[in-house]
Amino acid sequence: MKVLTLNFLTCAVKSCKSSSDSFPLHPKDAELAKDDVEINPQLLANVLPRLDWNALRTTSTELGFPSLPDQPPSPEDLTADEKMLQELHSLLMETQIMEGKLVCGHCGHEYAIREGIANFLLPSHLV
Amino acid sequence: MDYLIRFSQSHETFRRPEIEALALIEGVDLEIVSYSLDSPFCIAKLPSEDAARRLIQRSILVQSIHELWGHGKTLDEVHAAVRRDTPHLWERYMTCSFKFTLDSYQGSRSAGDKLRIINSFSYLGFEGPIVMRRPDEEFILCEDWEFNSTPLGIPDPKCYFFGRFLASGARDLPKKLDLKKRRYISTTSMDAELTLITANIALAAPGKLMYDPFVGTGSFPIACAHFGALTFGSDIDGRSIRGDEKKRTLKANFEQYGILAGLGGMFTADLTNSPIRRRPLQQNGDGVSGRIFDGIICDPPYGVREGLRVLGVRDPEKSPWVIPKGKEMYKDPDFIPPRKPYSFLAMLDDILQFAAQTLVDDGRLSFWMPTANDEDQEIPVPTHPYLQVVSVCTQVFNKWSRRLITYRRIPDQQVDQVAMRKREEENAALVGKTADELNPFRKAYFNKFET
Repeated sequence: MKVLTLNFLTCAVKSCKSSSDSFPLHPKDAELAKDDVEINPQLLANVLPRLDWNALRTTSTELGFPSLPDQPPSPEDLTADEKMLQELHSLLMETQIMEGKLVCGHCGHEYAIREGIANFLLPSHLV
Repeated sequence: MDYLIRFSQSHETFRRPEIEALALIEGVDLEIVSYSLDSPFCIAKLPSEDAARRLIQRSILVQSIHELWGHGKTLDEVHAAVRRDTPHLWERYMTCSFKFTLDSYQGSRSAGDKLRIINSFSYLGFEGPIVMRRPDEEFILCEDWEFNSTPLGIPDPKCYFFGRFLASGARDLPKKLDLKKRRYISTTSMDAELTLITANIALAAPGKLMYDPFVGTGSFPIACAHFGALTFGSDIDGRSIRGDEKKRTLKANFEQYGILAGLGGMFTADLTNSPIRRRPLQQNGDGVSGRIFDGIICDPPYGVREGLRVLGVRDPEKSPWVIPKGKEMYKDPDFIPPRKPYSFLAMLDDILQFAAQTLVDDGRLSFWMPTANDEDQEIPVPTHPYLQVVSVCTQVFNKWSRRLITYRRIPDQQVDQVAMRKREEENAALVGKTADELNPFRKAYFNKFET
């Protein structure tokens, strides 16, 4: 799954939803793959206001990508900034997490990723 | 200028919602002048020829669009209208190659009659060559006949429309995504035509983010990605996404159609315990922040062909060992968490609440819902104060129908907060344990819709 997806996902356990530690989930033993995707500035500009920027900065660092600025660019600045576009495109759209785990920072639950598909099903004692 | 939209006479209740959605996607100012479910001919006002072509370029239910030169109840009325309104246009087509065609809906004409009717337009005075294959321009006289007109011996159609052909819709697209040729499908994959129509009505387009919470083998995301959207999906049964983990997988379908760039992320999850981040509903949000999707499309399980289940234990007292066993085993990679039957109505409600929380302003939710054809057993259209019903389309089977219901996420500021509080108070009522108790549609289906 694309790194973008990770920015939309939090721990599935209901009691974790109120804790700020449950988002973003932290990749562990992640195997990354890079797809060649054509850059789509319109898509990135659309996605920008829906991102949780702080969470994305954390994810970017944890996956070993260059650190992102403190504040997100405005959609207008982004479309003008070729370098920023390329960086975000490469991180959000081209990078895929294929194997590994996603760990909740609050309850410690680990969600396995196999062949790019994460499993968020919970055992009955956590439902 | 008036344009004639020539619809396909199928999935009639989907036609108008589709064309109105396409007008929004293309930013075209569409005003429908005359339209009826019984006729494939619709007259619409559009700002330009270019707008007309764009409007229908991805329509599944429009066959073609024409610049309307005249229409009437008799051929004489058509001629009078053409002579009155269009002489300034004739000049343009004086020397190009052209052909005339007759499109008789529910009727037929002998070759001699056809020729006689076509020749009655000779006053247009076109001098260019007549070419039957790929002429520069095609002029079409459409006839709308009564049903069964030939055996009934009805001599003339109800009305005529005459115009210049502009463009065809995307009636070939369902063939391209045909389930019979798709690498990987399952028993409940929705046919390509209806998924594409759904994607149109839900406003799938380049740069948009679409989500299907009951993704199965990916029929809806495929249709959305075909229109350029970035798609996400989840399913409680991860096997449907993985397939055989070789050639027959959801991803392989995207590869087959060359739309892999439109595959955002697929994961295994349950809607009632969804990992998608959500904020409590606001009263004064900016329309985007904290929300994610432009569209949510789904065909939820009806509990007939496939079970309707969520995470949990159905009766913890009867099977007390399930929870401790789960505690012990859940870290095993092959562990399959227990599931329990769930109320169909509660699930629809969960979908609405989820959509209200995750759709951006003007984002759309389109979902399929079954209902009995008997009015007494009909399930009403579910409502939510943050969502406005845009359209209800019906596909009729023998004793039951399924409806495609589409909502628009309205801005927080327009929401009736009194209705919202009332909804929260009422929401504790749905209880039951067996699949039948929880699902009135399933019960009626297996009782053959007899009361």
